[in-house]
Amino acid sequence: MATGFAAGKTNYDHLIKLLLIGDSGREGERLSFITTIGIDFKIRTISLDGKRIKLQIWDTAGQERFRTITNAYYRGAMGILLVYDVTDERSFNNVRNWIRNTEQFASEGVDKILVGNKCDMAEKRALADEYGLSFLETSAKANVNVEEAFMMLARDIKKRLIDTQNVVSNKPPPTVSLESDSTIGRLRSACCWGGTCEDSSTAGSTGPAGSTVPVGSTPQSPQSTQSAH
Amino acid sequence: MLNERPVSDEPAKSDSASVVDSPREQRFESLLSSPTISIDSLRGLSWKGIPPQYRPKVWKILIGYLPNVLDRHAGTIERKHAEYREIVEQHFGPDARRDEAIMHQIAIDVPRTAPNLALFRNAIVREALARILYCWSIRRPASGYVQGINDLVTPFYDVFLSEYISAIGSPSTTVSLPENALFKVEADSFWCLSKLLDSIQDNYTFNQTGISRQISRMKDILTRTDPKLLIHLDKQEVSLLQFAFRWVNCLLMREFPLHMIIRMWDTYLSEDENGFSEFHTYVCAAFLSKWSSELQKLEFQDIILFLQNPPTDTWSLTDLEVLLSEAFVWKSLFHGSSGHFQKT
Repeated sequence: MATGFAAGKTNYDHLIKLLLIGDSGREGERLSFITTIGIDFKIRTISLDGKRIKLQIWDTAGQERFRTITNAYYRGAMGILLVYDVTDERSFNNVRNWIRNTEQFASEGVDKILVGNKCDMAEKRALADEYGLSFLETSAKANVNVEEAFMMLARDIKKRLIDTQNVVSNKPPPTVSLESDSTIGRLRSACCWGGTCEDSSTAGSTGPAGSTVPVGSTPQSPQSTQSAH
Repeated sequence: MLNERPVSDEPAKSDSASVVDSPREQRFESLLSSPTISIDSLRGLSWKGIPPQYRPKVWKILIGYLPNVLDRHAGTIERKHAEYREIVEQHFGPDARRDEAIMHQIAIDVPRTAPNLALFRNAIVREALARILYCWSIRRPASGYVQGINDLVTPFYDVFLSEYISAIGSPSTTVSLPENALFKVEADSFWCLSKLLDSIQDNYTFNQTGISRQISRMKDILTRTDPKLLIHLDKQEVSLLQFAFRWVNCLLMREFPLHMIIRMWDTYLSEDENGFSEFHTYVCAAFLSKWSSELQKLEFQDIILFLQNPPTDTWSLTDLEVLLSEAFVWKSLFHGSSGHFQKT
């Protein structure tokens, strides 16, 4: 998976606009060198089913006070990652507020994914179910980061916005394998993103935090089934 | 704050017969020693930069922390230090009950405050910053602590510390200072930060209306000075808010190194009371226009990425002073005459 970007229009097949929301103090934000003020713009290029997809990510990591600014960014977003910090009860309780914001400001039908941190409580997934969100647990046991969440969301969006166009233009419909990958992906456990884990020494890690995840690979984490229900 | 160099807890005297003062320094010297200091003259002189040895005192006067009557300085300082000591005692003393949410946010932000400077990686200094920020926030419930305010305390702390260690050298080297001197630096920083934030309070209250207002003003200015750039940004669907929010929220402190920010504040403090709001808006507009020709060649995402990290590392103090002068010219042309902003 390539990161970064090159100049010019021809270096990608599709453009996907994402918004990253959630409370400050989450791990990635906390570990960053300097605080994020308001909103931060990032670019990732991934490849999905042989297509180069450019992700434009508006990251709203930062304080609640900046929410008035960040509200303006919902509209253009095709997908929304809602990240919360499970070590902070307030952060979880706030998820409902963030969802309300999404309903109020985002375009209808936008793809959403809830990303938690090191959690095993069914309660969290129940909340995701309640709102019909995809849910990505992050866990210290496996070692997958937020890249994976981007990937999942990108798949969902590709299915919703891009592949449907392809059907119209006589291209093959999305494959079954993509669909099943995506389903498993939603339920698999993954490492806390953007930084180190509290018990990162746990065996079974597949790589350092911050490493990228091969696209379309079958989930390898033995924990994935464990936390799937 | 580690080794054993003896340092006085009184400010270093600036008039020790060391170097022959330049005419400019002599003017500062004579202004600051007159019984009643003319604020207008002090502003006029300071606009082009304040020599480091006079900066702590001049900042305190221009920001309104010290009165302009010389023989009231000592009494004011003493009273303000005592008052700050009480505030700290109230919030950090043995019986203190703290707002944990605010404290938590400050505690995770302080280590991310100017972490590139050794001074602000020092544990004692970090504790001082946390106290300043917490005491300020708890006394300003209308805004409370907002990220970015942590940046704003660093110029004060750096400048006021220099008062005690100017004889030793760069404030980033470790020196030992008596606790009392550090307390004075902390207290002065607290009061001056409070004064600064009073002048830009609506940048940090709910909805941060001060910031939106300044960004919309910035657009008005550019409509007059650089319409081509605005048209290009518009075509690329780039809005000023996407990058200039931080420029206003952090007073461009993320765009320039601290020593240049300090020079910038000499000028801001020498403007009228609105240096950090109105004049800053002109500086932001001039700053954006600096990159006009580059930006007009770029598309949406490259514009945003460029402006998130504008290449100022090659800037000299002279470049900065040119920027301030341009802002001044624009302000003189347009300010107070809203008719100039009407589109024709």
